Amino acid sequence: MWLFLVTEIMFFGGMFTAYIVYRSLYPNAFVAASHTLDITMGAINTAVLICSSLSMALAVNAAQLGRRKSLVWFLILTILLGSVFLGIKAVEYHDKFVHHHVPGASFHFEGPEPQNAQLFFSIYFGATGLHALHMIIGIVLLAILAIRAQRGRFSSEYYTPIDMTGLYWHFVDIVWIFLFPLLYLLGGHLQGGGH
Amino acid sequence: MSGHAESRKVYYAIFGALLALTYLTVAVARIDLGRLNTIVALTIAVTKAVLVVLFFMHVRHSNRLTKLVVVGGFVWLALLIGLTMLDVTSRNWLTIPG
Repeated sequence: MWLFLVTEIMFFGGMFTAYIVYRSLYPNAFVAASHTLDITMGAINTAVLICSSLSMALAVNAAQLGRRKSLVWFLILTILLGSVFLGIKAVEYHDKFVHHHVPGASFHFEGPEPQNAQLFFSIYFGATGLHALHMIIGIVLLAILAIRAQRGRFSSEYYTPIDMTGLYWHFVDIVWIFLFPLLYLLGGHLQGGGH
Repeated sequence: MSGHAESRKVYYAIFGALLALTYLTVAVARIDLGRLNTIVALTIAVTKAVLVVLFFMHVRHSNRLTKLVVVGGFVWLALLIGLTMLDVTSRNWLTIPG
């Protein structure tokens, strides 16, 4: 499983590298574009994901101890928290469409260097979109596990699928842990911290 | 992979630490520290990631092969970013007026 996750590190790594390269080339545009993202929504989503990671860890714990009921409930809780994350993300995406911040023909940016700001939003949608896709896959996996757990397919001797899915879920959480400061917090100080 | 069941108290403690660090990083980001902003944000992010990997992902109790794979993965990532930036920063692109 870890070998798969290492390939995932490199997969998202390409995204992060693209971000670093263009940010170093166009620092001002990136700060201005990042400033338009809603830090509160991003922070809430970070907290939601951390909660889901906790419930996932508790699900694995329940599986290790062979507690079927709590295993099923923690899996369902993880699914719910993952869905909340995706819901908030959808609201944010909707905002981007309303403000014409989606790269493409109708892109419009009020700040400096609109072309370079468009690059930021391309990376934003690429990275968060890939992340959201991983979340959706994770939720599907968790749903399958919840059904199988309910049917009593797992025991304290056999819970490898839960362990593996847990690793995957935590990995997706880690990706967000990096995306949040890099995308959202970059322009945070423009909101007039000291004034 | 690891049969070791971590105490649930550890999970709650890590959970609390992760939330506290999230709050801290948001609070610091609102203050203009120049270059330090990025350094602080990334230091906090790395700390959070290490906590998740060690405790939620049980790497703390994993065998050496797993640890090697994990570290190896991040070494490759560092190579990818490091060598790319070595190239980008030495190409004299940075002076293009915005």
